[in-house]
Amino acid sequence: MIGAGPAGLCAAIAARDMGARVTCVDSGDRPGGQLVKQTHKFFGSRGQFAGKRGIDIARILAARIEDDPMVDLMLESTVIGFYDDGAIGIEHGDCLTFLKPERIVCATGASERMLAFPGNDLPGVYGAGAVQTLMNVHGVRPGKAVLMVGAGNIGLIVSYQLLQAGVEVVAVVEAMPQVGGYDVHARKIQRAGVPILTSHTVKAVHGTRIVEGATVWALGSNFQPIPGTERCFQVDTVCLAVGLTPLADLLWQAGCRMAYIPELGGHVALRDENYETSRPGVYVAGDLAGIEEASSAMIEGTIAGLAAARSLGHSRPDFEERLATARAELAALRAGPKGEKVRRGIDRLMRLGREVGIVA
Amino acid sequence: MRDEPCVDPRTQGRIPDAERRARGPCVVIECLEEIPCDPCHDACRRGAIRPFDDINHLPEVDFDRCNGCGACISVCPGLAIFVVDETWKEDLAIVRLPYEFLPLPAPGESVVGLDRSGRECCAARVVKVEKTKKHDRTAVVWIEVPKALSMEVRHIRVGGSACGLRET
Repeated sequence: MIGAGPAGLCAAIAARDMGARVTCVDSGDRPGGQLVKQTHKFFGSRGQFAGKRGIDIARILAARIEDDPMVDLMLESTVIGFYDDGAIGIEHGDCLTFLKPERIVCATGASERMLAFPGNDLPGVYGAGAVQTLMNVHGVRPGKAVLMVGAGNIGLIVSYQLLQAGVEVVAVVEAMPQVGGYDVHARKIQRAGVPILTSHTVKAVHGTRIVEGATVWALGSNFQPIPGTERCFQVDTVCLAVGLTPLADLLWQAGCRMAYIPELGGHVALRDENYETSRPGVYVAGDLAGIEEASSAMIEGTIAGLAAARSLGHSRPDFEERLATARAELAALRAGPKGEKVRRGIDRLMRLGREVGIVA
Repeated sequence: MRDEPCVDPRTQGRIPDAERRARGPCVVIECLEEIPCDPCHDACRRGAIRPFDDINHLPEVDFDRCNGCGACISVCPGLAIFVVDETWKEDLAIVRLPYEFLPLPAPGESVVGLDRSGRECCAARVVKVEKTKKHDRTAVVWIEVPKALSMEVRHIRVGGSACGLRET
């Protein structure tokens, strides 16, 4: 398993449960990936720990594999290459080791998108992930007053967590004409007095050495900025939550067939129902397979882990049932109006997969 | 009977009407967008929050079964569940709301009641603060507000008095 986030950990648990030996490699200093900074309670169904906080889900999942002789957890270890013979290079401190697993579940997650505007290189302009790491992992406030850019779930949740940390959030700006994240997340910050300015974007961030302020302006039709609508905010921090893109470098290196699917966040691997890519034995799960929520990442990891172990000849009596349950839960999570975009993306991905014979 | 306050039209039939509220405490679930989520159903031991056919459906409440116990408040990941009791006192109602900020207010303390857009509505007195292991760090704060504002006040600011909003 490359990555010990929600997808990688669930893949490890599922494959281990089937009887497979598992090595789980992660660059972080603790298992959980992004879960270790998710202090809010999760949505979803009971199977995906709905109502529990991400930080606690990370502990629950990690506890299921820790001290298990069947599972090796390699932390602070970065997979730096995928070689032709199927070996992967793992960097740990000064040491480079090679591993040649029979199956690989790649669950490397995503990276944050950047936004182009004057001043975006000033200290004080952060990605939302960094703000969460500072606050929720290290207990450090990123600043005193923040302008949040992006009203998807990440922008809304991080705004709420900033408020919890005692940081002022002057506004959330969102280029789209409507909030992208869940309505309930938006309401949490609105009733705390944070305005959400839809059809607005950052014009520029000001400051000589560090961020001292930001100007936003309204967007008209076709997202053209409207001169004269500028508003200035005195902030020392600008937080970007403008979307994620799958961290697919290893898949490119592995020669997996890729497709650009905007609905899934960018380039994703073609894969079958079991999340196996065009390179036999290489599976994907989580945000790498398409940007979604942690709840779906956990189920995708479970499916990939079960399928990978099964293909090695492992099994258990409830294998079919567990796989069917996972698939049904995943379909249910995506069935609502908020899952429409992802469904469209997956439809396209599967159609492309059928064209090249990856999907039956 | 007074007029219904101006609320989101999507709440039609989903929140208790004035007649039900006059009968005693009951739940107000302000979950108005279909997202995949169902812990509120599991939290209700009286079967007042009906089972979900589809996890994306909006919660459906049987207001005759709900006794306003509030077990669902801290379970909701969206912090969208409140309990309103308009039978508390002649002019005063209780609003129970989820609260995840520090410091927590103390019973008897005066706080500022805020509406859904963060506007100050009133001074409110804290009656009770529930925070057990079961609440999992989402405290439930009981505040006393003018009865006419029971369907307006949805958040509080602890410390500072009303009408002292900071200019930015």
